[in-house]
Amino acid sequence: MTAMGSLRIAVFVLGQAGLASAALALERPAEPPADPLKSPAWGTIYGRYFKDQKVVFDDRVKVIAPANAENPLDVPVQVSADGLDGVEEMVVVADLNPIQKIVSYEPLRALPSLAFRFKVEQSTPIRAAARTHDGVWHLGGVWLSAAGGGCTTPSYASGDAVWQTRLNEVSGRLWPSADAKTQRLRLRLIHPMDTGLANGIPAFYIDRILLSDAKGEALARVHSYEPISENPVFSFDLKGSGPVRVSGGDIQGNKFSAEIKP
Amino acid sequence: MKRCSLSAALLAVLALPAFTVQAYDYQLKPQAIADGVQVLVGRTENFSRENGGNIVNTGFIIGRDGVIVIDTGPSKAYGEQQRATIAKLSKLPVVQIYLTHAHPDHVLGNQAYAGVPIAALPGTTRALTINGDALLSNLYRLAGDAMLGTELRLPTVEAKSGEVSIAGRRLRLIPGLGHTDADLMVFDEATQTLFTGDLVFFQRTLTTPNADIPHWLATLDAIDAIDFKVMVPGHGPVLRDHAGIAQTRDYLKWLRDSLQGAARRGLDMPEVLQLAIPERFQRLAVLHTEYERSVAHLYPAYELETLPTVPKSRPQ
Repeated sequence: MTAMGSLRIAVFVLGQAGLASAALALERPAEPPADPLKSPAWGTIYGRYFKDQKVVFDDRVKVIAPANAENPLDVPVQVSADGLDGVEEMVVVADLNPIQKIVSYEPLRALPSLAFRFKVEQSTPIRAAARTHDGVWHLGGVWLSAAGGGCTTPSYASGDAVWQTRLNEVSGRLWPSADAKTQRLRLRLIHPMDTGLANGIPAFYIDRILLSDAKGEALARVHSYEPISENPVFSFDLKGSGPVRVSGGDIQGNKFSAEIKP
Repeated sequence: MKRCSLSAALLAVLALPAFTVQAYDYQLKPQAIADGVQVLVGRTENFSRENGGNIVNTGFIIGRDGVIVIDTGPSKAYGEQQRATIAKLSKLPVVQIYLTHAHPDHVLGNQAYAGVPIAALPGTTRALTINGDALLSNLYRLAGDAMLGTELRLPTVEAKSGEVSIAGRRLRLIPGLGHTDADLMVFDEATQTLFTGDLVFFQRTLTTPNADIPHWLATLDAIDAIDFKVMVPGHGPVLRDHAGIAQTRDYLKWLRDSLQGAARRGLDMPEVLQLAIPERFQRLAVLHTEYERSVAHLYPAYELETLPTVPKSRPQ
């Protein structure tokens, strides 16, 4: 009886909260700006990631991806905001994926550009949002056509035990740029990156990567999510030169750490 | 009066399906290329609803007492119309099918030949057993209504390397590999006609979903040594010289060197997609689409060669 009673109260309170927020929304309707990609999910994406924040569509934020996803488990994407100053965070989302957020990137001492591969469930817009220090999100994006099924397909690793001995193995190399002001880091990690959406296989993915220099100063930070491809490959453009320390871990507490030397 | 118009309407509705469910018409036009050898040349395009998946060359050889078919096309309707085309040219029965390899545009017309032995290399049958349904559903997505009623029919006989005599015709079956891991060529001794399957593409950019470039290049060298007079490539116009081999080899070598070079310079895949393609390939049909697909198929392996594994240290 008491349990029932408190449940009712909880429902009542929730109901009140719902009404309150609805009233707020009526007072100050947060209409999302018109979406140049005309995505059916733009309203949801806006509400989930950009609500009450300043959003502009900006040609300087570029998303480069193939027109068609030849392999829905491994779609290459490069996002960049080269013309923008003071980019503090970049977020990449696929509107029509069951899990929309792919990655968030903090280019602390790096160029605002990142390349990676991800799993796609169906044809979808891919958006990059770059937040400048004034708090404004600058958005760019493209449509990707896909046969799909990438998110709900089991990883190869889930059918093969080899990964267990190689989990979190790090491969990589540094390429200095022609003017030696930056260096390209390409990184590959061994990880199943299970989304949790394939039947009977729980989510299991790398959720953080930190890049730092020889003195331990942070260069860039990645927060990765379920849609990143199995055995992920990333490309970064880091400022300066010299060895790069890579560290991070997955959602089950497994960690990795490696040094990539020039 | 009212009842009458109602039943008329009902009749019209009942009759509708008979009009609407009409097989896609491929308008197949056989091209005689040698004595008793005919080819149905497909478009040098990608799969689309407009072409119904007919982007492929199939052929047939009218022998003394039977017809031999090489590849059955992208759909049930194609297979049926291919068989009808053969029947217009010859009263002889179709006695043997050869499938060159396990790609959907070459094998999905098999349904039209129930009871006829369908021969393929063991690797082809294996690949179709594993991937056939995925290939089929993807072609439904790309070619649409033309695929109506199409189902996968696996090969029924193993094609063995060497000479065979069928329907009074001597054929040489030549296994190769590189486009897939099992590529069968059929050589008609009487006319020295070589059906290469997709080991040779001409004027249309080659495809690489299951390609192994070193194996493919080695097979092209072997094809160069075959005493053919007429060559039917898997895609593109029929040839009477080695130009198709040379073009296929040229593009494969460029693809290999370009992707390997890009990986060694540290490029990521979206950057590789934007690399310039040499002028001499610009006349190839569907160049950019196929290049984009090839990057997806082949680049991950080249890129891994450039990323050495760091020995594991103790995590901090």
